[in-house]
Amino acid sequence: MDFGPYLLLASLEGAVGAAVLALTAVGLSLVFGVMRVVNVAHGEFYMIGAVVAWFVATTVGTHPALGFVAALIVAPLVAAIIAIAADRLVLKRVNYDPEATIVATIGILYIIQQAALMGYGPEARPVEPPFNHRIALPWYDFAAGEWFYPWGLGTTSYKLFVIAVAIVLLLGFWALMTRTKVGLVMRATQLDWDMAQAFGIPVDRVYALVFGFGAALAALAAVLIVPIQQAHYLMGGDPLLLSFIVVIIGGLGSVRGTVVAAILIGMSDGIISVFFTPTLAKIIATMVVALVLVFRPQGLFGTKAA
Amino acid sequence: MLRLEKVSAGYGPVQVLYDLDLEAKPGEILCLLGRNGAGKTTTMRAIMGLCDRTNGRVMLGGTDISALPAHEAPRQGIGYIPQGRRLFTEMTVAENIEIGLMTRKKGKATRERVLDMFPRLRERLDQRAETLSGGEQQMLATARALCLEPSVLLLDEPTEGLQPSMIQLIRDAVVTMKDQGVAVVLVEQRLDAVLSIADRVAFIENGHGREVVDAEVLRTDTSLLEKYVGV
Repeated sequence: MDFGPYLLLASLEGAVGAAVLALTAVGLSLVFGVMRVVNVAHGEFYMIGAVVAWFVATTVGTHPALGFVAALIVAPLVAAIIAIAADRLVLKRVNYDPEATIVATIGILYIIQQAALMGYGPEARPVEPPFNHRIALPWYDFAAGEWFYPWGLGTTSYKLFVIAVAIVLLLGFWALMTRTKVGLVMRATQLDWDMAQAFGIPVDRVYALVFGFGAALAALAAVLIVPIQQAHYLMGGDPLLLSFIVVIIGGLGSVRGTVVAAILIGMSDGIISVFFTPTLAKIIATMVVALVLVFRPQGLFGTKAA
Repeated sequence: MLRLEKVSAGYGPVQVLYDLDLEAKPGEILCLLGRNGAGKTTTMRAIMGLCDRTNGRVMLGGTDISALPAHEAPRQGIGYIPQGRRLFTEMTVAENIEIGLMTRKKGKATRERVLDMFPRLRERLDQRAETLSGGEQQMLATARALCLEPSVLLLDEPTEGLQPSMIQLIRDAVVTMKDQGVAVVLVEQRLDAVLSIADRVAFIENGHGREVVDAEVLRTDTSLLEKYVGV
């Protein structure tokens, strides 16, 4: 295959990764933005989403689409409930102290991971996609002046579905934050939790909601990706690393920056992985983070601390 | 009526207030005076539950609100305009007002009434709060607190850094609230403003409540001002 079609193929793979990464990282960014909590366990909520999706798909079992739709509802709910319980039982008790919550979420990470190992096992298990038609993509041959279908240039309907659903969910998230009372409450808490309380906003309940919502977003991302990647109890590491990279580059707490950075990192990760190796993609992403921390510590869209 | 009974409060290990007693009656303006660091702002924050109360009670009517979480104070009818305004600066004027209406079930009439008091805000509803002038920001902070339809209004240096016309506007709003039966607790550095508006003045010194006198007394006898404020 020529370079052009190959690049298109790599870009499509990158777009799928970017879509899922954007959902995962927005959850992490929301939690940090509102609660000032660096949630090291975020990747485990992603893993919970994938594992629950496997359980639901296996239990429902009649048709892959039915199991998938059920997983889209159940997995985020389960992740949110576990996250809210973690918030009430652990984070609230350490008064959301920034340093203590890092240690606490590391503990939550190990508890969830080992619970998954005991309950789900060490195997990687596939979840059948609800549909998966092969779509051949055309390419324009400039020399011959005509469109043709290069061998191997194609994607699947499910991958395009993942991109579309992620875009819809992100638009929905944006609408929630900017157009609803719940979003207004979350933004007020993010900007000044002290004054939010002075206007009747129950900040500790907002924190629980936000922590649960962030986990639900990660779980949703995992449900979308699990028909492509398989569910495994250690699968939370990579999305956690990439989400931190994205959130730092985008600007801590900036949702807009997170989405832009997710597209940049997700696309470059996909393209470099196809042309070179996934390891090189991670090395380059980490180097970009280092450069951002040196030259623009507040991130691309973050604001400087006063 | 708002009553503080032997309230001690501070921030973590630092105690600022010691057994403070205070009372603000409906339809009066009670001014808190004292030197910098005396504990005036902490008194406000202690009433709101925004600092650590270690002792005593804050009674609103017959309810002990010090036993309730901080977000219950505005729900019980206490409006707070903090020092420096503390607006949600990245939000629009309309959103800041919406936050003020958060505890109201049907806030539309309240919103209209408040915007009628500050027509300039109505013209700037879609403008971000951080882009407003200092005076407009103070109007918004006042409007946001009035949206709570408070029975007690706490104002912490509301005229700080404002031009005279704005000071007059804020003053008129405070007097209107007082005339409507609201108990107003005011912290203010400008003594002329205090003496022209206050009904009673409470002196705070090093976190201790000292004397509470009618403002009328201070208009003729300035010895207490010299003693507690140093002027």
